[in-house]
Amino acid sequence: MRLLDFLFPERRNTAGIAKDRLKIVLAHERANRDAPDFLPALQKDLLEVVGRYVEVRSDMLRVNVGKSGDTSLLEINLEIDGAKVKPVRNGAAPPLPKTAPAPRLDLSGPAPWVKPT
Amino acid sequence: MAKIIVLTSGKGGVGKTTSAAAIAAGLALRGKRTVVIDFDVGLRNLDLIMGCERRVVFDLINVINGDAKLNQALIKDKRNDNLYIFPTSQTRDKDALRRDGVERVLDELKEDFDYIICDSPAGIEHGAITALYFADSAIIVTNPEVSSVRDSDRIIGILASKSRRAEHNLEPVDAHLLLTRYSLERVKKGEMLSVEDVNEILSIPLLGVIPESESVLRASNTGTPIVFDPESPAGRAYVDAVARFLGEQREMRFVKPERRSLFRTLLGRA
Repeated sequence: MRLLDFLFPERRNTAGIAKDRLKIVLAHERANRDAPDFLPALQKDLLEVVGRYVEVRSDMLRVNVGKSGDTSLLEINLEIDGAKVKPVRNGAAPPLPKTAPAPRLDLSGPAPWVKPT
Repeated sequence: MAKIIVLTSGKGGVGKTTSAAAIAAGLALRGKRTVVIDFDVGLRNLDLIMGCERRVVFDLINVINGDAKLNQALIKDKRNDNLYIFPTSQTRDKDALRRDGVERVLDELKEDFDYIICDSPAGIEHGAITALYFADSAIIVTNPEVSSVRDSDRIIGILASKSRRAEHNLEPVDAHLLLTRYSLERVKKGEMLSVEDVNEILSIPLLGVIPESESVLRASNTGTPIVFDPESPAGRAYVDAVARFLGEQREMRFVKPERRSLFRTLLGRA
């Protein structure tokens, strides 16, 4: 057996490994390619607001911009299964920590993820 | 009306300049008036590959800034009357490559030429984006290797979103795959991504497969575009790629083991 292994070393098909790795990484990168630049900030804000009521971790939230037919969709998925609910006093959550005011949204034009036609 | 073709890749060192020189010279050999422009501001090299480095007086940035006329900067190739080289500047000021200036230069070139070949710098910074912005067609130069394929995918995405055609909702830039430094030997051993693998991942039309060839280094040593060497397998592959670009059907060479004649085998020549 040893002699056979020595004479005919088993060559791993590394090209196949390369192909599989590329397919996985590119599927992920293509999905995020057209994402608008504000997505990370939006994600952070959403976590902060929801976090006032429920204990959430960043990996529970998924924000995507996609298309369904002719409609552009902003898709927000937040998984709170098993998350701990925070106490609410007099029907209101504790106030957000004071931060600089958010920049005013310019709502006059189309949403930034909508391609002009 | 001239067609603007960008050679781009994202990754460096995959053979963009070699391919730009070869394709430009190949188009010129087919009787097309062709100019090849170096967009790699600060790292001029097309002049060396084309063998005209000692004839550079004015450059792209001089013309953009109005310090020189277009015909003062264009260098006529000594081997083919249809071929012109437009060198870039060695300035370190990358912002000198202004988009409006480039547009003006391209518009002027369009009147005189059939094909304008833009040799892009590596990366996805200002220079690379400017090189691809005005393109009608793109040739994505890719090596059968993971980082090159990934960067090519990125560049294909940028062409589809950041080019002039994308921004103005025109017909998209038509992108072609040019697979370079291909080694059939290593593909057969399972050590290298095959042309089918890369094609499946990037899914853009295949323009050509250029075999890894010693003749490419010899050609760059002497400043000769590889298509001028009829003996070179790489040169023949570029000639085929140019023919396909012009709409001809040519079977892919160097992707299947070729039958070698006994005579050649005895001589030990590929």
